[in-house]
Amino acid sequence: MDQHDKSDHNSAGRLVLPMAPASCCGPEVLPAAPPRSDQPFVEGVHPGPRGDIPRVSSRLRQADHWGAVKARLGVGRMHYAVDPGLYALGTPDEHAPVLVSANYKMSFDFLRAALPGRNAWILVLDTKGINVWCAAGKGTFGTDELVNRIQAGGLKDIVTHRTLILPQLGAPGVAAHTVKKLSGFSVRYGPIRARDLGAYLDAGFKATPEMRRMTFPFKDRAVLIPIELVEALRAALIVVPIMFIVSGFLGAGGFTANLFSDGLFTILALGLSILAGAVLMPLMLPYLPGRAFAAKGFAIGAVTALLLIAGWGYDLSTWRGVLQAVSWLMMPAAIAAYLAMNFTGASTYTSLSGVKREMRWAVPLEIGMAATGLVIWIVSGFIA
Amino acid sequence: MPKLVYLKDVVTLKLDEAKCVGCGMCLEVCPHAVLKMNGRSVLIQDKDACMECGACSRNCPTEAITVQVGVGCAAAVINGMLGRSGAACCCSIDAGSCCSDPSKPTCGCG
Repeated sequence: MDQHDKSDHNSAGRLVLPMAPASCCGPEVLPAAPPRSDQPFVEGVHPGPRGDIPRVSSRLRQADHWGAVKARLGVGRMHYAVDPGLYALGTPDEHAPVLVSANYKMSFDFLRAALPGRNAWILVLDTKGINVWCAAGKGTFGTDELVNRIQAGGLKDIVTHRTLILPQLGAPGVAAHTVKKLSGFSVRYGPIRARDLGAYLDAGFKATPEMRRMTFPFKDRAVLIPIELVEALRAALIVVPIMFIVSGFLGAGGFTANLFSDGLFTILALGLSILAGAVLMPLMLPYLPGRAFAAKGFAIGAVTALLLIAGWGYDLSTWRGVLQAVSWLMMPAAIAAYLAMNFTGASTYTSLSGVKREMRWAVPLEIGMAATGLVIWIVSGFIA
Repeated sequence: MPKLVYLKDVVTLKLDEAKCVGCGMCLEVCPHAVLKMNGRSVLIQDKDACMECGACSRNCPTEAITVQVGVGCAAAVINGMLGRSGAACCCSIDAGSCCSDPSKPTCGCG
């Protein structure tokens, strides 16, 4: 069903795309309609000078939690958006703070859930369903969109003050001094994490240094694993069956017997390679050697492979055993390094310059090791 | 937990102290405390911690800070090299989502 949803969305996306320049992030073409009040998470309406404003609560419902789980797993995530525009959290008045967010539903939910018992305005920018940090990098959470949304929502008639609170992670896309010049509103950057927002508001818009520091603790790394794993398993669905069948031709016995020995080992080895690169590497990130992600991946992949080879009990007195052991050391290390390298995108502290430097040596090494390992593995099947 | 630091001496961040008016906006937006106030202007205190997000340069009213902005994401670099446009990707600490075109819902990043 979710696959179906996705393809529906794709065709809808194509219909819309020709109106905007090739990328998803072209300038807004459609006029900004106010957010709909019949979205499932809207609990009522708040009267405003230009019509009703959808009212939301800080309490997340079952559907909100379930949606977050699905988004984490990469299921139907392109749909995970709320209408851009102005929302009322609780019953805000003309003095209530204005908080700016992205229209990725998880960003929106994090924000409102962090403010139980508070009244505020939430101004949602059209970031095409992308979170604040991503959208700021692309410029959709940006100065122009913010200024347009302020005007479209009639914010000047709704609040008497002229201050907006933006998430700090939106700063790469928004020039505070330009927003002030164009809209009259001052931008204050709030804390990085929504959970610190209450303390920030209570302190009179003051963030502690800790609130401004981006960290990457165990829990944050752990929640990113499913999406990495799903991506890796997608490729594995093609590679594993092929290598399983090939195993049947390479072993010492008959085809079927080989599948149950060499074939099972192949599945186990590939599975453990993915586990090392996409699960163990993120979890053990600070403790693995090297600064480059690929180096950390090589390390954990090689250790995992050595344990597997030792546990499986290869006969290292024969050439065949030695070659197979070498190949199953090289391939898992290369796979884990590649997957680890891809985790740079999920991490919170890698620079593009650094990633490019790392890739200059890591990509040739990964391809070289995987290819060499594969050749050695196949050759081993022809040695008695 | 050991402090997470990425590669040494690779970041493109530059500061023109002559242009800096010491407003402190860059200190507020930097997620890695790369800059600090030094009298009436700022200085770069921890360059290797910079992730080139560009928040400081974007919010500098006098254009005293320059940096080649980008997302440190290997999958995006690969997609770029393969000519897949619009498939830049990135992540966030609070919510993961990929900035790809609808035909490619994810690109292997949080």
